[in-house]
Amino acid sequence: MTYQTDKTNKKALTGGAAAAEALRQINPDVMPVYPITPQTPIIETFAKMVADGEADTEIIDVESEHSAMSAAVGAQAAGTRAMTASSSQGIMLMSEVLPIAAGMRLPILMLVSTRALSAPINIHGDHQDVMFVRDSGWIQIFCENVQEVYDNTFIALRLAEKVRLPAMVIMDGFTTSHSVENLEILENSVVKKFIGEYNPKNYLLDFEDPKTFGPVALPNFYFEFKRAQIEATDGVIGEIGEIFGEYEKISGRNYDVLESYQLDDAEKAIVVAGSTAGTAKVAVDELREQREKVGLLKIKLFRPFPYEQITEALKNVKKIAVFDRTVSLGSIPPLYSEIKNSLFSILNSQFSIQSYIYGLGGREIFKDDIKKVFEDDQKGREIKYIGLK
Amino acid sequence: MNWQEIEEGAIIKHDIKKSPKTGNWRYMKPAVDKKTCIGCGTCFLFCPEAAIDFDSERKADIDYDICKGCGVCATVCPQKAIKMGKN
Repeated sequence: MTYQTDKTNKKALTGGAAAAEALRQINPDVMPVYPITPQTPIIETFAKMVADGEADTEIIDVESEHSAMSAAVGAQAAGTRAMTASSSQGIMLMSEVLPIAAGMRLPILMLVSTRALSAPINIHGDHQDVMFVRDSGWIQIFCENVQEVYDNTFIALRLAEKVRLPAMVIMDGFTTSHSVENLEILENSVVKKFIGEYNPKNYLLDFEDPKTFGPVALPNFYFEFKRAQIEATDGVIGEIGEIFGEYEKISGRNYDVLESYQLDDAEKAIVVAGSTAGTAKVAVDELREQREKVGLLKIKLFRPFPYEQITEALKNVKKIAVFDRTVSLGSIPPLYSEIKNSLFSILNSQFSIQSYIYGLGGREIFKDDIKKVFEDDQKGREIKYIGLK
Repeated sequence: MNWQEIEEGAIIKHDIKKSPKTGNWRYMKPAVDKKTCIGCGTCFLFCPEAAIDFDSERKADIDYDICKGCGVCATVCPQKAIKMGKN
């Protein structure tokens, strides 16, 4: 699916082929994969590249997505760069292993072409699959178009390896994964320099300094491991800016955790993630022609959620419309919920609400711990922990 | 130990010098007859403890720090070059 337009660095590719092109330039060590629509074009294109000798990745044809993610965990823990790709029910089948990858602090990269969840069965794009695993500890980056799929693959890899957490690069099934768009491709050598060599901090095949991965942690220490993981996940927002900056230097494309479009003087704003942001930009332009002060906030980084940046971006908007391409059955949709959470801190509210995390991994909680909570200062979004060492 | 000091990803680091010498568990001890050994590597593949390597003349060489004396090597050797004796 490659159409070289001329001798420039411009190509016309589908989202899936653009992801495969990025994978070819990264040349990961191991890629355990299992096909599922609409992820298939990513792996199909990349497998052809490997067969043609354009990359020397070890592709493992596994028997299920559970095995794909398990093999990725094993390969990454061994000390290699491991990647995979999936969609919908495939991600559901991986879901047992996703928190293991995150808890073991393994920077696995997964390309996701989103798709609805069964039942009823449907192969087309929505965000139910990635939203289902939003609490799995993975970094989640949404892409609007084919160019962003290509760019975010490199950015997410650098970010994942920097903070030692796994990352998903999310494109909309069919809308992005199967649609041909123009994009600019970087030189192989430029990509190689940007991503660098993978030097794992800890790895299993280190014979000089042997380590055990994935041990048991009982109530005496489990909570502390999770607290450290929370810190690492929140740290993503502090680390990503520098990587965006470096990427701008090599590509000329300026990215952030969110994108504000016509938002400076907007009285009304649309909030949306994924390919619909492109359509919404056109809608905003047309409404602007009718002198409506409308803007758009595009969410790129969904996990960890950039609350402060979003509060700042939306603080002067009077009317906000949040678009969720998913459902949270029995609750309100996740993006809407997060936007409301972002704005809570600047609302003149009669309530003061503090978040407490307690009891992870079976840690005990006592009557006196409960009685003490009202002595705390309640401020901001900072989470407090009961019984943490 | 608090959460800031805890090992990332719940990894357990080991001091290789303090690793247990499973050779201490041995009751029977394999001995390689280097003249009979043809260096085929069958014992190398079968050893469940990966305690067998080749020496400089490509003959089976047993690491007695690790060998538990299970006797699999003596059983699989096509030359009957490995004999089990009292440790």
